[in-house]
Amino acid sequence: MAQFKMHLLVCGGTGCRASQSEIIVENLKSEIKNLGLENDAQVVITGCFGFCEKGPIVKIVPDNTFYTQVKPEDCAEIVREHILKGRKVKRLLYEDPETQKHIEDSKHMNFYQKQIRIALRNCGFIDPENIDEYIARDGYAALGNIITGMSPQEAIDIMKKSGLRGRGGGGFPTGIKWEIASKSKADQKYVVCNADEGDPGAFMDRSILEGDPHSVIEAMAICGYCIGATKGIVYIRAEYPLAIKRLKIAARQSRAYGLLGQDILGSGFSFDIELRYGAGAFVCGEETALIKSMEGLRGEPTVKPPFPAEKGYLGKPTNVNNVETFANVPAIFLKGADWFSSIGTAKSKGTKVFALAGKINNVGLIEVPMGITLREVIFEIGGGIKDGKKFKAVQTGGPSGGCLTEKHLDTPIDFDNLIAAGSMMGSGGMIVMDEDDCMVSVAKFYLEFTVEESCGKCAPCRIGNKRLHEILEKICSGKGVEADIDYLKNLSRVIKDTALCGLGQTSPNPVLSTIEHFHDEYLAHVKERICPAGSCKALKLYTILPDKCTGCTACVRACPVDAITGEKRQAHVIDVNKCIRCGACYEKCKFTAIHVQ
Amino acid sequence: MNKIKSLDDLRKMKQNLEHEMNIREKSNEPESLVQIRVAMATCGIASGARTVMNTLVEKIEKDKIPAVVTQGGCMGYCYAEPTIEVKVPGKDPVVFGNVDSQRAIDILVKYVVNGELLEGIIPTNYQTINEKK
Ligand SMILES: Cc1cc2nc3c(=O)[nH]c(=O)nc-3n(C[C@H](O)[C@H](O)[C@H](O)COP(=O)(O)O)c2cc1C
Ligand code: SF4
Ligand code: SF4
Ligand code: SF4
Ligand code: FES
Repeated sequence: MAQFKMHLLVCGGTGCRASQSEIIVENLKSEIKNLGLENDAQVVITGCFGFCEKGPIVKIVPDNTFYTQVKPEDCAEIVREHILKGRKVKRLLYEDPETQKHIEDSKHMNFYQKQIRIALRNCGFIDPENIDEYIARDGYAALGNIITGMSPQEAIDIMKKSGLRGRGGGGFPTGIKWEIASKSKADQKYVVCNADEGDPGAFMDRSILEGDPHSVIEAMAICGYCIGATKGIVYIRAEYPLAIKRLKIAARQSRAYGLLGQDILGSGFSFDIELRYGAGAFVCGEETALIKSMEGLRGEPTVKPPFPAEKGYLGKPTNVNNVETFANVPAIFLKGADWFSSIGTAKSKGTKVFALAGKINNVGLIEVPMGITLREVIFEIGGGIKDGKKFKAVQTGGPSGGCLTEKHLDTPIDFDNLIAAGSMMGSGGMIVMDEDDCMVSVAKFYLEFTVEESCGKCAPCRIGNKRLHEILEKICSGKGVEADIDYLKNLSRVIKDTALCGLGQTSPNPVLSTIEHFHDEYLAHVKERICPAGSCKALKLYTILPDKCTGCTACVRACPVDAITGEKRQAHVIDVNKCIRCGACYEKCKFTAIHVQ
Repeated sequence: MNKIKSLDDLRKMKQNLEHEMNIREKSNEPESLVQIRVAMATCGIASGARTVMNTLVEKIEKDKIPAVVTQGGCMGYCYAEPTIEVKVPGKDPVVFGNVDSQRAIDILVKYVVNGELLEGIIPTNYQTINEKK
């Protein structure tokens, strides 16, 4: 049989497919055929490499060449040069943002060096539509070992020992959750996978389902065995068509092999899964609302207790876990609880996947050990702040979280430290901000989201968040007063204490944390009417620097409200009272004579 | 697709499937493996580098030798093509010239597996084209 010498791994994730990775696959294949290299090189479509910003990605192994931003027309050159002659196509290699050097081997990219891939172990490595590749990497072996050789309690004990905590936001210990569900007595129980992923900016769950759907299916079956459930349901947002497709293919293949269905591997254990589609409401990610939505009711949260583990879907005990939580499970059973708990911090074991975004050089999906510092994530993996600007803050935990600043750069990241710092892990969004970002606007952005997504069931969240948003809006438009800051703080506390579900209980966090860390910036808005970051349009002050102005009059013609006056070849002036802060003059001036503050 | 009926069947299946993933698995930890680079640019191909590469890959797979084969561009030893560079973990890389299939097997069995010295090593103060830049 022919032995391939090279595998060309082409990213088939949502990001790269949007930039034509499917055509790239076709072009690579046809060029390989043209040159008669079919027995030498194999093209494989994989899941996301996490480097979507610079996609489409083509990685060639075994030499670990990492080509970025590949276009369909580059394929012939890749095959002719690299596959045939062993010469890498330099211009497509990743360029280190600091040294501007091309990096030949992805092992040497800062982006990957500090990563430990457990949940993402197969993403960008196997073909997610081919169960054989999953099995070749020990897929379904954990399930097989457990259902043929372990009691449910033994397996639960391993989960408890591993220290795995839920990755959906709350961080509840997974083993304990399973144990509670296993002890509930009922004729039917359910395993639910929460793939609602509503946090703006997070896409780790989507990437896992697209890149390694079998790991989630296998883990759900393991959970079913542990808690005594034969039915699993994946609740996934309908906006994830590719993840849905890959999940369906994976489930079909597992069924064909008898790895889902009746009497799996002759063990007597039966399990199968089905899919339910969510309309993409953020609140439906909250587990009680999710269960209501699955029952065909309005997606509104209910009071806990009773917890889903006692009374969940259709009133039966239901174990809800997040996609990433599940993706860790098979690896824990294959490599052992001790291995897993050797990674991470005292109370947060293993790794966490983060979606790095914002003003950072390497935007993407990363998986790092718990306990890594923000500094390592932002300046090493992330390659530092874009355009050499200054780091200001990073928002973690999305709309439920808060921001961390310079002084937190060396704090080890884990569940408890993030909470102590006034933020939270959340689903793992990490938005990096630089000196140009206004923190009041950041808080306003998240409140806009919460107001939009509140289900409206309880007053503190429905009305309170709207008020918070109005005040933030007022401050950003230059009409705020100092008392507004205290008002924001008080109202935030009331909402946190009285809202019914996690959405409202956490929605004021971005406000509180920006006030805490950037009090001066709020003060500047309300007292001096200045936005120090220069981002709030209404607070910008345009003036002309007399020593730079040549009197060319270009700005006079650009100004829509005739706010600029002056004699030809003399310094001009802007009438602040007339100026509508549109920025047209600033764009026009060739002599950088217009100053914005 | 046939159903997998037992854990044993699953394990057997895994064993049959895993060699297709070998190249990818090896790329995950190249430092712990013997890395062999075959010079492939036009002069190399003309002089039979591709055949040498095939031989190496097949032998490594068959004997389960912990080595990984990659292609490189011309190393600048056109007079001695095909050339291959062998880097055993913890040792300096060495370059062998005038390698044909028979010599390729010798290099694998004698130098890589048994650690014997072999003739035909090109003196080492060399730099590959890639390193010169
Ligand atoms: C407003 C809100 C939104 C949530 N959205 C999600 C989500 O998108 N995905 C998710 O897994 N968990 C989400 N959760 C957390 C779930 O309620 C639940 O804790 C989680 O699915 C449990 O799984 P885990 O223990 O594996 O983390 C959300 C919670 C709240 C309050
Ligand atoms: S806190 Fe907000 S989202 Fe939650 S139940 Fe109340 S209104 Fe609905
Ligand atoms: S465009 Fe600039 S230089 Fe020209 S008049 Fe306006 S401010 Fe002065
Ligand atoms: S910012 Fe706009 S309105 Fe103000 S002076 Fe410049 S052009 Fe005129
Ligand atoms: S989608 Fe291709 S790297 Fe993420």
